[in-house]
Amino acid sequence: MAKDTAGNAFVKFDRVQKSYDGETLVVKDLNLEMPKGEFLTMLGPSGSGKTTCLMMLAGFETATHGDILLDGVSINNIPPHKRGIGMVFQNYALFPHMTIAENLAFPLEVRKIGKSDREQKVKHALEMVEMGAFGGRRPAQLSGGQQQRVALARALVFEPELVLMDEPLGALDKQLREKMQFEITDLAHRLGITVVYVTHDQTEALTMSDRVAVFNDGRIQQLAPPDQLYEQPENSFVAQFIGENNTMEGVVKEIKNGVAVVQLDGGELIDCTPVNVSKPGERTRVSIRPERVEYNKARLQEGAHTLKATVREFIYMGDIFRTRLSVAGNDDFIIKTRNAPDQDRLQPGQEIEIGWLTADCRALDA
Amino acid sequence: MSDTTDSGPMLAADGTPLKRSLARALRRQKIRALMLVAPLLLFVILTFIMPIASMLMRSVDNEMVGEILPQTVVEIQNWDANSGELPDEAVYAAFAADLVQAVKNKEHTKLGSRLNYEQTGLSSMFRQSGRKVKNWDPVTDGPFKEKLIKAHKGWGEIETWAAIKTHSSKYTSGYFLNAIDMQKTPQGIAAQPEDKQILITLFIRTLKMSLIITGCCILLAYPVAWILANLPARSANLLMILVLLPFWTSLLVRTSAWKVMLQQQGVINEVLVWLGIVADDNRLEIINNQFGTIVAMTHILLPFMILPMYSVMQTIQPTYLRAAKSLGATNWTAFWRVYFPQSIPGIGAGSILVFILAIGYYITPEIVGGTDGVFISNRIAYHISKSLNWGLAAALGAILLAVVLVLYWAYDKIVGIDNVKLG
Ligand SMILES: Nc1ncnc2c1ncn2[C@@H]1O[C@H](COP(=O)(O)OP(=O)(O)OP(=O)(O)O)[C@@H](O)[C@H]1O
Ligand SMILES: [Mg+2]
Repeated sequence: MAKDTAGNAFVKFDRVQKSYDGETLVVKDLNLEMPKGEFLTMLGPSGSGKTTCLMMLAGFETATHGDILLDGVSINNIPPHKRGIGMVFQNYALFPHMTIAENLAFPLEVRKIGKSDREQKVKHALEMVEMGAFGGRRPAQLSGGQQQRVALARALVFEPELVLMDEPLGALDKQLREKMQFEITDLAHRLGITVVYVTHDQTEALTMSDRVAVFNDGRIQQLAPPDQLYEQPENSFVAQFIGENNTMEGVVKEIKNGVAVVQLDGGELIDCTPVNVSKPGERTRVSIRPERVEYNKARLQEGAHTLKATVREFIYMGDIFRTRLSVAGNDDFIIKTRNAPDQDRLQPGQEIEIGWLTADCRALDA
Repeated sequence: MSDTTDSGPMLAADGTPLKRSLARALRRQKIRALMLVAPLLLFVILTFIMPIASMLMRSVDNEMVGEILPQTVVEIQNWDANSGELPDEAVYAAFAADLVQAVKNKEHTKLGSRLNYEQTGLSSMFRQSGRKVKNWDPVTDGPFKEKLIKAHKGWGEIETWAAIKTHSSKYTSGYFLNAIDMQKTPQGIAAQPEDKQILITLFIRTLKMSLIITGCCILLAYPVAWILANLPARSANLLMILVLLPFWTSLLVRTSAWKVMLQQQGVINEVLVWLGIVADDNRLEIINNQFGTIVAMTHILLPFMILPMYSVMQTIQPTYLRAAKSLGATNWTAFWRVYFPQSIPGIGAGSILVFILAIGYYITPEIVGGTDGVFISNRIAYHISKSLNWGLAAALGAILLAVVLVLYWAYDKIVGIDNVKLG
């Protein structure tokens, strides 16, 4: 048992690669470290390799290259049933020929836990997910949300330290989903378990997780807490994928004091924070969140570059106003403003001047 | 207190009761549905239900005695078979009249062989007496008691008349009794003589061997179906063709092929002898016995087991196995506790199919079964085409049908027919 001395990672992917067909890499060079008790979400478009990573961790797929360590021990050669990892499947995979109570008792039975102890634990787990009255039913007699909760209880009943969930809320309607999101995070924190959660719903990822790993093309594009992910995307894929985003393309003119001056393709100059650019002359894609754009002259930073804009459309959305502008040849520039008493409503055709804090405008890869 | 007009029947828009207009609407649908199935229904009734029904009728039908000996069966009712005396002249006279008529119609030999099923010897009695009574006049030539006994001394034996009396009613349970190795005697129901008791043995053997064949099919088919269901579609299709291949060759060819394989000078024995495992003068007897029948029939019925199993297994998602393993089950526990129970409907469907087919199988046991590997259906075939005792054949068939229905019913009670998936 070679304990990992470097750091206290509970789960660790070390340069993991995976190929199904020997021709293309589905997972390319995955490195990930999770401390105990963390709720980590893998987020990414379809086919980006999220399920594959989860299956490698659970032991249903083997890594083509690299090491997966659990609590410092390589688990590449440990069969799935000995890994002690709880798993919630996308379609729940409740055994249809067993009652709910039998489903929950199954992991305890195979662990040879005594009958009275077993019943105690099953009862406790069912109560935990508020399904205490349903022990005698079959999975087919439950609603989607109830099945989901049973699947969760079954993955937790044998007290694993690590639980994997593959899009467990995919089949539920919005309301139930939001309720379950809360229940899952609440439960995870209460029990202190480590969770790897897979989803391609970014709201779910942002609201539930301690950290989010954004997957694309078999790589982690960014691994960060939700706020950092949203406010400081590290590349244009993450910026585009998480939340709404305005982009403009141009060339770096100069970088000084942590501020990059970018000349947009239309000739205008703007100030940005350099993220993926290092020297003048590089092409870049500039990203700015709609709610961070300012057009109130009084609030604009002194001496900063501003842009001229024409209002195209004003959409009233209740809590916010969403206004579409033409800026530097881009007709789809969106700004969002809070519906506050002192907020004026822009009229289509109106000419305004917009700007932002340098920190909010990020010069990313082209 | 509430609105009283609501308590009457619901009315449709035109004022007719809702129930009646609904029934009218439904009736049209029903008629249309009936017209669509009518051709098939007619075909099935004509070619399947009616022949079976008329065949089954033969198992209790006994009109022949009454039809050919109309006066005798009436007169003989006055005679007590247990009195120890021969019937009186009236019975003999009636019989003579009937017999003369029967000889004219050339029916007396038919009747003879019918009564011969019940009592051996009657067939030749009727044939011999027939020649002698040909020119008798039933009105003027009496009394007949002496004459008949002189014509054949069998007519002076009480057993003869007792047999006629016992089988003079229109319907008889005689065939069914025969079918279970019993017989109807003037003294009531009794067991057949030992040397004629083979049918119960045959029934039991048929059931036992069908069970063994079904069991062998389950054991062989389960892994194949599992592989079929878990292979990628293209390889699964290829394998499926191999499974279906036997359907494309004639049953007779396949059975004969087994003969080539299994006989004493056959492929298997030759190979075993060549390998030195079996001595040349001590070759295995693996055909013309129960073993041969079991091997050949298992092979022939295997696809009927694989197909329903496959169709059930296809619907069992692989995530169930993964879920079981993630919960800590070993491969074997995951299979036994999670996969296997879900595949039972397939096993059930396949078993019913194979068992019912096996229990009525005829050709294969006939060819490879020898004497101790034949089934009850071989006996039925014998009675239909050789001994011409159709009544007994029909009774045996009816019992077989009843056994199948009872098994089917029991299966429905235990497993539930709804759980059976055939495709
Ligand atoms: N068993 C397999 N054999 C071959 N290729 C596979 C297999 N499973 C997945 N892939 C391929 O690997 C890639 C990643 O699949 P994966 O299931 O990990 O995606 P995902 O991120 O979970 O997507 P989704 O959000 O749609 O579930 C896909 O291109 C997929 O086609
Ligand atoms: Mg997936």
